Amino acid sequence: MSNIPENLRYSKDHEWVAVDGDLATIGITDYAQHSLGDVVYVDFPRVGDNFDAHAAFGSVESVKAVSEIFTPVGGEVTEVNEGLNDTPESVNGDPYGDGWMVKVRMSNPGEADALMSSAEYEEYLEASS
Amino acid sequence: MTDTELKRTPLNAAHRSLGGKMIDFGGWDMPVQYSAGVLEEHLRCRNAAGLFDVSHMGEVWVEGPGAIAFVNWLTTNDVSKLVDGQAHYSCMTNENGGVVDDLLVYRFGPERLLLVVNAATTDKDLSWINSQHSTESGCTVRNASPYYCQIAIQGPKAESILQGLTDTDLSAIKYYWFTEGVVDGVEAIISRTGYTGEDGFEVYAAPEFAEQLWNKMLEAGRYGEPDGILPCGLAARNTLRLEAAMSLYGHEITDDVMPIQANLSWITKLGKEGGFIGRDAIATAKEAGPRSLIAGFEMTEPGIARDGYDVFVNGEKCGQVTSGSPAPFLKKNIGFAFLPAEFAKPGQEIKIDIRGKHVGAVIVPTPFYKRQK
Repeated sequence: MSNIPENLRYSKDHEWVAVDGDLATIGITDYAQHSLGDVVYVDFPRVGDNFDAHAAFGSVESVKAVSEIFTPVGGEVTEVNEGLNDTPESVNGDPYGDGWMVKVRMSNPGEADALMSSAEYEEYLEASS
Repeated sequence: MTDTELKRTPLNAAHRSLGGKMIDFGGWDMPVQYSAGVLEEHLRCRNAAGLFDVSHMGEVWVEGPGAIAFVNWLTTNDVSKLVDGQAHYSCMTNENGGVVDDLLVYRFGPERLLLVVNAATTDKDLSWINSQHSTESGCTVRNASPYYCQIAIQGPKAESILQGLTDTDLSAIKYYWFTEGVVDGVEAIISRTGYTGEDGFEVYAAPEFAEQLWNKMLEAGRYGEPDGILPCGLAARNTLRLEAAMSLYGHEITDDVMPIQANLSWITKLGKEGGFIGRDAIATAKEAGPRSLIAGFEMTEPGIARDGYDVFVNGEKCGQVTSGSPAPFLKKNIGFAFLPAEFAKPGQEIKIDIRGKHVGAVIVPTPFYKRQK
């Protein structure tokens, strides 16, 4: 059973978003890290880059495969989790904490409201399994 | 393809109960990893022991007075040099010298050879072998794949773990030798071979004993303890063989690649008596110098090369990655590429097109990893 914290918003691409004003912290869900297996590398966007919602803005690589990460909300990248360069395994061990990936200053904070709640994401996972 | 159509080894239920994440591997329902994950499985095999279900591999008996001559004609290595109880690595080649499959040849007796071939190519190999076979071959060809399970126990602790389950003196079996013995009361072929770059054994037995042997080996290897044995899935099998620079059929070697292009000159005996299928094509290519070669590389910039990515030298596309992966023990990103011969030399800088970004890598000598003896 996947860990799905209640205070976050979720995308269909299995990213989570923590909203604080117009600042969004983004990572991949417990379900996503589990499907990927051991994460060995995260390829980030650059700080200052701008993305529309749902654009591919980086990738996360496990031993076996590479998956693109899509930003669930549009805006400017203000910070990337450089710590993952040394400890990419945090994405597996603590996907909602130390495994966070990118912070984005949202150009339209309303986009976050359109994402799924934890209950909706749980249903989504059940429906797609 | 749905689950019901996939072939299953006798250890299918065991994999599932160990948390195996099952995938379709060439028509077989196989574990790509277990609950520990590929990194831990890989490292445990290097540092202690790993257990692999390789029951999907194909076994083919060739028997009769003409067996040695027939297999010698089919394969590139020199079967006449094998003695009873000895095995070698070899390739079957087509008329153009391309590799039909890579395989192990075991000599049980002067009229009795066992070929062990890749799972996904077993049917293709059998058609090829039968197409070369006639009543004049003086031997029979018999697919025995359904009658064997095969379990590989690999790593520095493999010998001591397996020794606890058999009276056969394992220390007396040299690398690439084998013996028939009894493991935990079960008749088995015990072969000191493997596909990980570690010391270890491959154990062949009747499939009804697969679960018994598998569970006994896990128990004897103290599965569950921090330095105990771990079952290893296909993902770890791939990263282990890649670090050890062993070829994977369909990647480094294919129907269109000659063994001498893939660092396999050491098993290509152009001078052996009677020759072999494709021998002349290979000899001609060798004389002219093959145009393309397989070479090992490691990334010099952040990024992971994957199978099929394009390789560039001086801004020009010149080749492709055949296998690319993180190397969990070496903590580097490595791979093999198929390149023009002039670039397939250690020290050559190359760029790999990683989803549109040209990322630096350098050709290095192989193997990437060699165990301390």
